[in-house]
Amino acid sequence: MIDYRRIAKRLVISILLLTVVCFDQQIFAQDGKALFQQNCASCHAVHKDLTGPKLAGIEERVPDKKLLHDWIRNNQAVLKSGNKYFNDLYQQYNKAAMNLFPNLTDAEIDAILAYVKVQEANVPGAKGNPKTDQDAKATSSDNTLLFGILTLILAIIVFTLLQVNANLKRLSDEKEGVPAYEPVPFWRNKAYIALVAVILFVIGGYYTIQGAIGLGRSKDYQPEQPIYYSHKVHAGTNQINCLYCHGGAQEGRHANIPSLNTCMNCHMAITSYSGEDLYREDGTKVDGTAEIQKIYKHTGWDPDQQKYANEPKPVEWVKIHNLPDHVYFSHAQHVNAGRVACQTCHGEIQNMNEVYQFSDLSMGWCINCHRETKVKFTENKFYSIYEKFHNEIKNGTLDSVTVEKIGGTECQKCHY
Amino acid sequence: MEQKKYWQSFGELNNSEAFQKGAQDEFKEDLPFENFDAQSLDAKTPRRDFLKYVGFSTAAAAVAASCEMPVKKAIPFVNRPADVVPGVANYYATTYLSGGDAIPVLAKVRDGRPIKIEGNELSTWTKGGTTAQVQASVLDLYDTARLRFPMADGKEVSTFEAFDKMVGTALSGLGGAPVVLLTSTVNSPSGKQVISEFLAKYPGSRHVQYDAISYSGLLLANEASYGQRAIPSYQFDKAKVIVNLGADFLGTWLNPVEFQRGYTQGRKVDPANPAMSKHYQFESMMSMTGANADERFTHRPSETGVVAAALLSAVNGQSVTGINGDKLRKGIEKAAKDLVANKGNALVVSGSNDVSVQIIVNAINEAVGANGTTINWGVTHRNKAGIDAEMATLVNDMNNGSIGAVILYDVNPAYDYFDAEKFKSGLKKVRVSVSLNEKMDETTELCKYVLPANHYLESWGDAEHKSGYISLVQPTIAPLFKTRQWQETLLKWSGNTASYMDYHKNFWTSKLGSEDTFLKALQDGVIEPTTPAAGSASYNGGAVAAASAAVGAGGTAKRAGYELVIYQKAGLADGRHANNPWLQEMPDPITRATWDNYVMMSPHLGKELFKIDLKNNTQSDKYEAFPEKPVVKLKVGNKEVEMPVLLIPGMQNETMAIAVGYGRSEKVGKAAANVGKNAYQFASSNGTTVIFHANANVEATGTTYKIATTQTHSSYEGRHEVVKEMTLAEYIKNPKKVLEARAKELEPWGGLENYAKDGTIYPVFDKPGIKWGMSIDMNACYGCGACVVACTAENNVSVVGKSEVLRAHDMHWLRIDRYFAGDAYDPESIQTVFQPMLCQHCDNAPCENVCPVAATNHSSEGLNQMTYNRCIGTRYCANNCPYKVRRFNWADYTGADSFKNNQDEANDVILMMNDDLTRMVLNPDVTVRSRGVIEKCSFCVQRLQEGKLKAKKEDRPLVDSDARTACQQACAADAIVFGNVNNSQSAVSKTRHDNMNRLFYSLEQIHVLPNVNYLAKVRNTDVVSAHVEHQEPGHESHQQAPKEPAAH
Repeated sequence: MIDYRRIAKRLVISILLLTVVCFDQQIFAQDGKALFQQNCASCHAVHKDLTGPKLAGIEERVPDKKLLHDWIRNNQAVLKSGNKYFNDLYQQYNKAAMNLFPNLTDAEIDAILAYVKVQEANVPGAKGNPKTDQDAKATSSDNTLLFGILTLILAIIVFTLLQVNANLKRLSDEKEGVPAYEPVPFWRNKAYIALVAVILFVIGGYYTIQGAIGLGRSKDYQPEQPIYYSHKVHAGTNQINCLYCHGGAQEGRHANIPSLNTCMNCHMAITSYSGEDLYREDGTKVDGTAEIQKIYKHTGWDPDQQKYANEPKPVEWVKIHNLPDHVYFSHAQHVNAGRVACQTCHGEIQNMNEVYQFSDLSMGWCINCHRETKVKFTENKFYSIYEKFHNEIKNGTLDSVTVEKIGGTECQKCHY
Repeated sequence: MEQKKYWQSFGELNNSEAFQKGAQDEFKEDLPFENFDAQSLDAKTPRRDFLKYVGFSTAAAAVAASCEMPVKKAIPFVNRPADVVPGVANYYATTYLSGGDAIPVLAKVRDGRPIKIEGNELSTWTKGGTTAQVQASVLDLYDTARLRFPMADGKEVSTFEAFDKMVGTALSGLGGAPVVLLTSTVNSPSGKQVISEFLAKYPGSRHVQYDAISYSGLLLANEASYGQRAIPSYQFDKAKVIVNLGADFLGTWLNPVEFQRGYTQGRKVDPANPAMSKHYQFESMMSMTGANADERFTHRPSETGVVAAALLSAVNGQSVTGINGDKLRKGIEKAAKDLVANKGNALVVSGSNDVSVQIIVNAINEAVGANGTTINWGVTHRNKAGIDAEMATLVNDMNNGSIGAVILYDVNPAYDYFDAEKFKSGLKKVRVSVSLNEKMDETTELCKYVLPANHYLESWGDAEHKSGYISLVQPTIAPLFKTRQWQETLLKWSGNTASYMDYHKNFWTSKLGSEDTFLKALQDGVIEPTTPAAGSASYNGGAVAAASAAVGAGGTAKRAGYELVIYQKAGLADGRHANNPWLQEMPDPITRATWDNYVMMSPHLGKELFKIDLKNNTQSDKYEAFPEKPVVKLKVGNKEVEMPVLLIPGMQNETMAIAVGYGRSEKVGKAAANVGKNAYQFASSNGTTVIFHANANVEATGTTYKIATTQTHSSYEGRHEVVKEMTLAEYIKNPKKVLEARAKELEPWGGLENYAKDGTIYPVFDKPGIKWGMSIDMNACYGCGACVVACTAENNVSVVGKSEVLRAHDMHWLRIDRYFAGDAYDPESIQTVFQPMLCQHCDNAPCENVCPVAATNHSSEGLNQMTYNRCIGTRYCANNCPYKVRRFNWADYTGADSFKNNQDEANDVILMMNDDLTRMVLNPDVTVRSRGVIEKCSFCVQRLQEGKLKAKKEDRPLVDSDARTACQQACAADAIVFGNVNNSQSAVSKTRHDNMNRLFYSLEQIHVLPNVNYLAKVRNTDVVSAHVEHQEPGHESHQQAPKEPAAH
């Protein structure tokens, strides 16, 4: 017994310790993940050579931590210093120059490396955690179904009971000798007809109105694009930061579909697709390599000669998110100033192969979000001018400031 | 002050029936429901059927619409240029070029299209100021009438090479006959070098500069007086006394941007130390500059020299002789006294092109110590250099047949030369005629070879508007058509194979020392001396006696017959931009007329010719209430023209005035065609220079002609105190005069302090963060209209054309109201006030309460918001707006609708503005309004939103420079200050605080709580015109107003 306890105690302690250690690393790696995605992911993957080499095992390959830090911050200086390993690497990758990151601190680089280390363990192919949110989705839809079925069953029971009641009444009436009327079948029963008519009217009206409101809206719109571009492969599997391609979202009104030279930053080196099999919505298999070739066709790049040899031709993407002309929507306001995640409006884009319109982009949807979302009231100094609200927060009479509170639901915030 | 009566129209002055009726009706015409009641029941389509059809078609449309959602494409760059982010505007420094004028500007380029011009604030002499023409110039880029390819004998030449070869052959076949390059004033340093290289290739050839509005008189007079054929800088900022002999220096004369800026220094009243410059104006017509003068005296145009000579003798302490009229003589004496008293701080300018007059003016300036103080010879104007005699010689040579070839650039003598017929006949005798003009103008039509030049926004270049002050030109868009800039053309023809871009770059790189400095200069747009040069010129008064004799000084002038002055309007100026609908539709500052020129004459002359007594209700209504104006037959020498008349108070009694720039040929464009008559034909030569006035005969024809004026469109329904003014003496004596009057008026409703709260039963809403506010200084508004055009450009305000303005359908969000005060029959008594009127963004707005669909409502930042997609067009708001600033889209003016029928009544100009090319000028950040909605000033909300976002992105509070309205930015006089009123450090808060004594709100007494305030006008006169024209019935006169004889 005593042994059992001891073992159990040790077990508990060691599990706790392990959790703490893991957690510690987890926190570190969380920052590292963001940094990795912001700075590295456009050229490097953990397990795969992209424009740059894979990062798994980097600390084994370059054991000198200082050298590694120097290299990451200013690779040109390291190359100039004549380091053999890095010069060889440089040659090996067709002298593709790495960006300079002079602003990364030691701690940040360590965070990135820690993240890489954690990721090393997650070998691709071995499926990670099952998608919990999908489960949640499934259960939520299950619930609806369940309720529907329950309602139906209850309705049938009620109907049956009513019939039984009617039959019993008739039987008892017969027994007591009360003259019975000719029974009216329920489909000719006026009460039933009226009930059905009302129900149909309500349901029909509901759908008519919903349909009318939905005119011009195109939620779930998922057109076929000229190039099968998978956000899942890029933003999901390879974890490229959204803003690497859609940089306009930081600066102005449009997020902008990236120009082809942005694609070529990576695809000059990545010429074929070797990841998981991709399937279109209709079930046909996608030849990823052929899709990459399409970029070359449009940019005029000749992969054999390694130069732009042909006439370029822009890609005509099909626009998915269409706002009416009288709406002024600025990505910069939401992404840069408001720090709203892309997924809030565009859905789990990193899991979408072909993009579809996630939100209905209706005014009600906009307004709703403006009512609920809190602005970065204390973080952004712009809001320092709202002295009244700052005082109220200090007094405790106000806990947070929503977009609506500072006028975010007024007409001329979006219509002018 | 209570007694002063302002009037926008004679009807208002007399409170005539038509005026009263007009004041009641916001919209001038009845709704188009003809016989509605009678027919509605017996109509072919009774109401029930109609409803059935409506129901069915709506359903059908809904079904059809839902079936077909259009597929939109998004096409990104293949290779995105580093600085271009789609959706984000870039600003490039360049220079507005027009006939020698070169204003440094920034071009706002959005997604590759220039859409707006702003002033370049790095320029020390414009400080970001612009004019109406500068603001409108971006529309010229997209003018549908621009020439699109090179032509020979009217046929397209496929390539530039082929064209170069044709012209090269033609030029080499001249057999030594001279080639003449005829251009407007060229002040481009590299351009001059190109020209000299070209001239060297063709020996015997020469370069002639020709300015349609000539400054030869001034140039030659300066040569006689100072030994320099140049025009100095006039420093209005240093002048305490300004005497102006008919120069429209705030509107069109020489360099209005710089002059407005300088003049403003002396006109803005510093509350701590109230002082103002004193401006005397002697002129014949009612000019915009004259309207801003403190004291104004009129004389006949032919008397300009006599007046100048009299002023000279008065300044020299001699007696004034030869002047007709007591008022004028006393005026001259008074002005002379002031000039002498302010020696060294005085300035005299004259707009005359007569050498003698300018020599006398130079003598006056010398006598009052202007040379080296208010006149700076250290920096000279290089924007006007044409000498009339050179042009006259050329025209003679051409007629002699001694000119082999003439190459024209940016000149149009067949239209604007005083003897255009002679020029045309001469041009026919020239063997090779080449035009490099941008448009098929009157001269280009007559040329054998045509190679259209680029618009300035498509060009490289440089300019030196003032000596030492260089501004560079860089293209902001690739040439839209097969055009080539003139420098490149001349380089090619002189055998230089370099492109002008490289030539220009090399020129400046070698001048500035390195490529980096060149690129920096290109980015800044200006190259300026670190310390501004200042200096005087040595004076030689030898020519004064002869000049005095020439102008007939001393002798009593004969006063008989009528005279005519030819002038430039603030909008269209010399007519170069006649096909610009924005300029055509901008109301003239004085007459408030659009889309025409006309004969301006005094009410006195009107009475004589047409028996219209403007003090008589019936007669004034007959003249004014309808657009039909009487037509006169005007004869100058053997030239005759029939033109409509506008009666303008302040005109000299026997003088008429006609604006140049109108009467263009059809090929110049749809906007310019059939608008007005050409007035250049009435100019003449006095042997040395071109003279812009003439003796004229005039007679009434009995016919009428419709003129589209906006003068009577908006009236305040008899409400008072729209404007406030006082004299400088009054202000100094009691600075709180306006404040006290306001306090007294508001006393019953809580006084100044609590008026907002106590004057209403509505709740008061607080504005927690930003509260936008605007302050307009009426002392610094001269009526030039730059803000009006800037607003039009920024906010996609539609152009409606003459036929629509006639129906009072004009769409301007910002108008400049012009008020007269004084006796209409006494030109000297007329005082003018200009007041920019825009949506006042009332915190207690009457328009908001009456909208049935809440399409207009108030924001927490104090903006009166207008939501187009919610508006159903009841126009209740416009009816209820006390300031009359709301505009209704009566038709689809911008092609925004999908329904073609909405343009059924569109005229040529609307269709021109609807062209796909012209629509490229539209600002993509502002909704293009469709038919049936109301619109109005939004305080440029798109700029405010952008400014706020900029501050948020940079993680800092908002500052003034983040958000500026288009009108504020365009104003050269800084009359408009805008910003966040909640911030006590903002410019608008400081302006309001510092000028508390002059501050007033228009129609404050009706408790609408505007967010726009005005600063009362202060006049540097002895009396604010006390002439009371009419006491309105029902309006109790205060105290013991002098009883007027019941004359009318």
